[in-house]
Amino acid sequence: MSVLSHSESGDATFLDIVKLTVKRVAKAVFVVPKPTPFNIIAGLIVAMGLVLTYLRFAYGLAAVTNLDGNMPWGFWIGFDLLCGVALAAGGYTTSAAVYIFGMKKYHAAVRPAILTGFLGYSLVPIALLYDVGRPWRLPYPFVVSQGTTSVMFEVAACVGLYVTVLFLEWSIAPLEWLKLKKIRNFLHKATIALTIFGVVLSTLHQSSLGAMYLMTPGKLHPLWYSTYLPVYFFVSSIIAGLSMVMFEGALSHKYFAHKHDEEHRVVGEQVAYGFAKASSVILLGYFVIKLIGLAHDNEWAMLTRDFYGWWFLLELLGFVALPCLLFAIGAREKKLKLIQVTAGWTVFGIVLNRLNVSLVAFNYHLPSSERYVPHWMEIGISLFLVTCGVIAFKFIVTHMPIFYSHPEFPEDHH
Amino acid sequence: MNEQFYVLQDFLTFTEGVTYTVVVASLVFFVFFWRFLSARDSDE
Repeated sequence: MSVLSHSESGDATFLDIVKLTVKRVAKAVFVVPKPTPFNIIAGLIVAMGLVLTYLRFAYGLAAVTNLDGNMPWGFWIGFDLLCGVALAAGGYTTSAAVYIFGMKKYHAAVRPAILTGFLGYSLVPIALLYDVGRPWRLPYPFVVSQGTTSVMFEVAACVGLYVTVLFLEWSIAPLEWLKLKKIRNFLHKATIALTIFGVVLSTLHQSSLGAMYLMTPGKLHPLWYSTYLPVYFFVSSIIAGLSMVMFEGALSHKYFAHKHDEEHRVVGEQVAYGFAKASSVILLGYFVIKLIGLAHDNEWAMLTRDFYGWWFLLELLGFVALPCLLFAIGAREKKLKLIQVTAGWTVFGIVLNRLNVSLVAFNYHLPSSERYVPHWMEIGISLFLVTCGVIAFKFIVTHMPIFYSHPEFPEDHH
Repeated sequence: MNEQFYVLQDFLTFTEGVTYTVVVASLVFFVFFWRFLSARDSDE
């Protein structure tokens, strides 16, 4: 095992390294949690989630969902998949900014962004196991029936490959924690290649998620349906990624302040100002292409016609134009609090947009009695999965060098 | 904008006209937006 060696024991055998690694991981994992409010609430949600998981897999989709022939894609696709993938875009946006566009001053933001991205993307296939009627067929697109003409094949292939890329990018942190120097250095050298691959894959599948809805012109409300849907999804994913990095950074500075070293503490503010400026410009661009979509299909009259028109205006003005202005003011006047609040608002706006496309404006022509409303157990399972992600995030940032540089591996900038 | 369109060309002439107007107005607006956004940067 030439690539595996331990910094503490240069001549250790592979078996020694495995033993030491298992011991270190076990020591961190098997700890009785303290009864803090977070642990109690998270524990209750996980317990509920395990019961719901049993119901889902023992009694099928009908036992826990309101899905039917009209609405085979429900809350899990809208929230877990569309929102999950969009909000995990911070990984590729931040690493592209640092490693491809050379913005080294944001280097400290890369690891938290990659971690959030990795956890977000990891939850997607897990959520799909719940959502797909016969989950054991999830690998079929790769090994049985490719269906390469389907947009869904591209989404499946890109998400599968990108989870692998994110795992490799993220694994540098646990390898430093476990002090597996050689394999860590090997992966560290591959950072640029992994970043480029990640950006290519993200560009493809973020837009393809929008392209999936191109096949629903009769079902999706015209204000949300557009031939520009792939462009909307891709551009808004950049906004989602940047906002999520700022929002997550604000929460991390509050709840994991003791884990931050001086560099990460200072750089955190610079990241917020820079990303807010970028977000305001991209939000303006997004606002303009949304207007172009309206103009292209001449849908102006629909804006004030009924509920859907006002709802669309609320999304466009309240969650695109308003955060664009607030980010611009925050970046110009260096108002950190305003930027952090706006980032949370924008994240909420992206969630609203994805739920509008997948649920609210979908099947808009059906009478209200036939409209889909998510079952509470669907929302419960999504809450369970998000909580698992938060627990994993807490575990990782508590034990691994995410918000600080490991003393044995000072971060070298490419 | 409840225009009456008799043929596809009428529709496209109208919608493309509005689209180009939106694009040109946006590009002009962007110059002022960028100056607003970066005004303080030059002070530092």
